[in-house]
Amino acid sequence: MKMNVEKKLEILADAAKYDVSCASSGSNRKNVGKGLGNATGMGICHSYSEDGRCISLLKILLTNYCIYDCAYCVSRKSNDVQRAAFTVDEVVDLTINFYRRNYIEGLFLSSGIFKNADYTNERLIRIAKKLRTEHRFNGYIHLKIIPGASSEVMEEAGLYADRLSVNLEIPSERSLKKIAPEKDHVSVYKPMNWLTSRIDENREDRKKYRKVGSFAPGGQSTQMIIGASPERDLEILQLSSDLYTEQKLRRVYYSGYIPISQDTRLPALKTAPLKRENRLYQADWLFRFYGFEMSEIVSEKHPELDLEVDPKLAYALRNPDLFPVDINKAPYDLILRIPGVGVKTAQMIVKSRRYGKVRLEDVKKMGAAVNRAKYFMQVQGKALPMIASDPHRVRSAIIYQKGNGQMNLF
Amino acid sequence: MSDLLLYDGTREGFFTTIFEIYERRIEHAAIQKLNNYSKGLFDEPRVIITDEMKSNRVVEGFKQKTPKGIIEMLTKVLHSELQDAEDIALNIVRSAFSSPKELRIDYRDESILRMKQINKMMHREIHRMHAFVRFQKTIDEIYAATISPDFDVIPFIGDHFEKRYADQQWLIYDTKRDYGLYYDLNEMQTITLTNAGWVSSHQINEAVLAKGEKMFKEAWARYFHATCIQERKNMRLHLQHVPHRYWKYLPEKAMNF
Ligand code: SF4
Repeated sequence: MKMNVEKKLEILADAAKYDVSCASSGSNRKNVGKGLGNATGMGICHSYSEDGRCISLLKILLTNYCIYDCAYCVSRKSNDVQRAAFTVDEVVDLTINFYRRNYIEGLFLSSGIFKNADYTNERLIRIAKKLRTEHRFNGYIHLKIIPGASSEVMEEAGLYADRLSVNLEIPSERSLKKIAPEKDHVSVYKPMNWLTSRIDENREDRKKYRKVGSFAPGGQSTQMIIGASPERDLEILQLSSDLYTEQKLRRVYYSGYIPISQDTRLPALKTAPLKRENRLYQADWLFRFYGFEMSEIVSEKHPELDLEVDPKLAYALRNPDLFPVDINKAPYDLILRIPGVGVKTAQMIVKSRRYGKVRLEDVKKMGAAVNRAKYFMQVQGKALPMIASDPHRVRSAIIYQKGNGQMNLF
Repeated sequence: MSDLLLYDGTREGFFTTIFEIYERRIEHAAIQKLNNYSKGLFDEPRVIITDEMKSNRVVEGFKQKTPKGIIEMLTKVLHSELQDAEDIALNIVRSAFSSPKELRIDYRDESILRMKQINKMMHREIHRMHAFVRFQKTIDEIYAATISPDFDVIPFIGDHFEKRYADQQWLIYDTKRDYGLYYDLNEMQTITLTNAGWVSSHQINEAVLAKGEKMFKEAWARYFHATCIQERKNMRLHLQHVPHRYWKYLPEKAMNF
C-alpha cells in the first residue's frame, strides 16, 4: 500500500528533529513583483515544540533511507526503523501550503544518503529550484549539504538556498572515525571551505555589480554533537572560534547527544547532557555578542565549563581583580562584562549617564539582575562590593539565592 | 483639580488634545480615552474633537524636538491601552516642548523608562502576532485569521503581512477590538465586519472554510508533535514561549491527538 503524505511527514519530521538548527534569519530575499514570501526579517519562531525549541522552518528529511551507518544517527542503515521517502512535489506542496497559512518561515531540507552524496544533493536542490522558479517562493530555504558534495552541485544549491550547512557532527576526526566509519572530516571541510570562499566572493561581487544574484545570502552553519565523544569544552569551543573566524560561519549549533542507540561505539549516557549544551550556547553567545575571546572562557587551566554557574559569572569569579566595574565611568565593553547586565541594560546605562549619575535603583529598573550584578559593580553612594577580597563567598551566595534551578541568561 | 479631557483613542485625537492643552494653557490636564471613561461624581470632562490639522502641527513640532524614532515609540505607548499610557505620553510631550534643546533620552527619568518598557511589551506582542497568526482558507479564497492580542497591535502588523503575502487575499481580525486588516491583492484596508458570525466569539466558522482545509491543520499538528524530542521535554519552557491564552488560535495546540 502506498504511504500517505501525513504518515511520511510524521516519519521524516521525526528523523530530522535531531538537527537542532532552526534559524531563519540573516537572509535578505525580498518579495518582488508580488510573489509569495519575504525573508528579510530577523526570522520568526512560529511555535515552540514541547521540548521548548523554536519551530521556524518545516524541518524534514527527503528520505530516511541511508547507505551509511553512523552510530549516533537514528537513520543509520543498521537501525530497524520504518523508512519513507517524499516525492519532490509532496515537499513543495507542503512547504507552500504551510507557508501560506503562516505556520513556517520556510523549509529546512536534509536527507539520508541514497546512492552517493551528489545524487542526494541534486534531489534536494530540485525541490528548492521548483519552489523558487515555479512558485516564486521567497521564504527561507535551508539546504543540508551532504559531506563530499562537488562544487558544481553546491554552486547550484547556493542559487536557491538562503543558508547551507555541512555538519561536522563529531568534533574530532579521531572520534568521528570510530563512530562513523564511512565519514571523515576532509569530506566536511572541503565543501565548507569552498562555500566560505564562494560566499565571500559573491558578497564582493554584489558590492561591485548590482546585477549579480545572491549566493546563499544567509551564509552557512554547522552542528556538532556533544557528549557522544570525549572532547572537552575547550576543544569544542576552540573549534567553534575557528569556525566563526576562519570559515566565517553564521552559527555553530551544539546538539547534546540523546542516547538513541545501544551501539557499543558510543558512551553509555543515561540522559542527554542538556545543561552542558546550554553552557556551550552561553559561551558561544559571549564570544559572538559580548566581545569575549574563547581563551577567556575556557583554557588548559579551566578546560570544562562550570555547570553550576554560567560562563560569564564564572569568568568574573575567576578574575576578581577586574571588578568592581564603575558603571558611571567604565567603558561599555567592561559594563557588558558585569554578570547580570545584558546588552540592552548596558546600552541604557551608557546613554543615561551622560545626563547624571546612574544609581543602583536605576540599574535595577533598567532590567539588570541586580542580585547578581551588585557584587560586581560600583555605584554612587554604595559601599564597594566584596568581590575582590572573597570570590568564593560571592559564588556560594549567588548559587544559594538562585537555588530553584532556574535558567538565567547572564 | 485637573481638567479632564476625553479623546477618541486615535493618535490624531491625542495630539489634538495636546494642541488644546497648549492653546488654552491648561496646567493640570488628565487625558482619557472616550470609550474607557466612566463618569465620576464631580467630573466635568470635555470631549475633544479630533482635528487633523491641529494634530499634524503638534506632531511636526514634537518630531523636531525629539530624536528619531521617539514619535513612533510614543504612538505605541498610546496603543498599549495601559492605564498610565496618556499620562506618560503627556509627560514626555511636555518635557520635549519645555526645553529649548532636544529631548534627552535619559532612562533615569520615570516616563522615558516607562515608554521604553511599554515599547518592549508592545514589540513582544507584535512579534507574537507575526508568529501566531494562523490563516485558514475560506470558500472565497481568503486566508483568514482571528486574533485577540493583549494590546491594540493591529496598526503595527499589517506591513509585515502585506510584504509576505502579496499574492493571496488575507484578513486578520481582532475579535476583541472588533476591527481588522483586509488585503485584496491590491491594497490593505482597515475594516470592521458587520455580520462576522464568529463561533464562540473568536473562531472562524467551519462552514465557511475551503474544502480540505482541515487536512492542513492536522498535518501541521502532526508535524508539531513529531518534531518534539521526548527525551528533552520541557513544558515550563514551552509554556513560557507559547502562553496558554494564545492556544485557541494555534491548531498545533488546539487539536488533540
Ligand atoms: S549519513 Fe547522515 S543520515 Fe546516514 S547514518 Fe550518517 S548521519 Fe545518519
